Amino acid sequence: MRLTCPLCGTRDRREFYYSGSEDYLNRPAEGAPIEAWDDMLHLRTNPAGVTKDLWYHETGCGSWLLVTRNTITHAVLATELVAARKGGAA
Amino acid sequence: MPNLIAKSALFGRAPLTLSGTTLAEAQVGTLTSVAVFPGKLTKVKKTLGGFPAPNTVAGNLIWTGPEQVFVLGPVPDLTGLAAVTDQSGGWAALRLSGPMAADALMRLYPLDLRAAHFPKDTCARAPLGHMQSILIAEEAGFLILIFRSMARTAWHEIETALHALTARTAAI
Repeated sequence: MRLTCPLCGTRDRREFYYSGSEDYLNRPAEGAPIEAWDDMLHLRTNPAGVTKDLWYHETGCGSWLLVTRNTITHAVLATELVAARKGGAA
Repeated sequence: MPNLIAKSALFGRAPLTLSGTTLAEAQVGTLTSVAVFPGKLTKVKKTLGGFPAPNTVAGNLIWTGPEQVFVLGPVPDLTGLAAVTDQSGGWAALRLSGPMAADALMRLYPLDLRAAHFPKDTCARAPLGHMQSILIAEEAGFLILIFRSMARTAWHEIETALHALTARTAAI
């Protein structure tokens, strides 16, 4: 498996650390009910198909990536820098 | 403070040459990390006289991450613009040059290091085996920056790869 780091290009999977679902990027607003936090922290959809998750380019440039991939075909469909998203670098 | 004798990580180790390819410790002198504060990239670029594109080397500036460079040699005053930290004592440098350099390193790095794909002045932060490293393509080989504590392991890994390639050439 190879992931395309937007900065470094196509790199081997062993350079990356898998963090988890993209849900971690969507924090509930301040004062949100406890259920919203429970959702963000614990509830996952586990799709057979396209999924989005967070990877860290650990032995590379140190960027966090949002990777879109297909769990059935193992195709990596897209990668983007978390820092380049709105509010990502904050 | 008395004047202490600085010893490099592989102090006293003689260069190793196998099949015309030489592995040697390199002395890179002062090594400084410059990590740009948010929104200060333009000013840092001006002060440093440039800023390398990702995975490239520009003069004495080595790209090591988003808005981060390693500087070889003296660094201008960047107060308020970037986090500047002296890295000199924390790193060891190895230089591998000769016809088998790329082949030997491709046994350890998950990268295509042939000259067509990794030309001079390309650099990469990539794993040498399981070790973090910075790999820089030079005119006739590679400069490898590795954590000082792992210098002897890195040497051993590269030496093993060179021996394997040499044995292979001899067998044909």
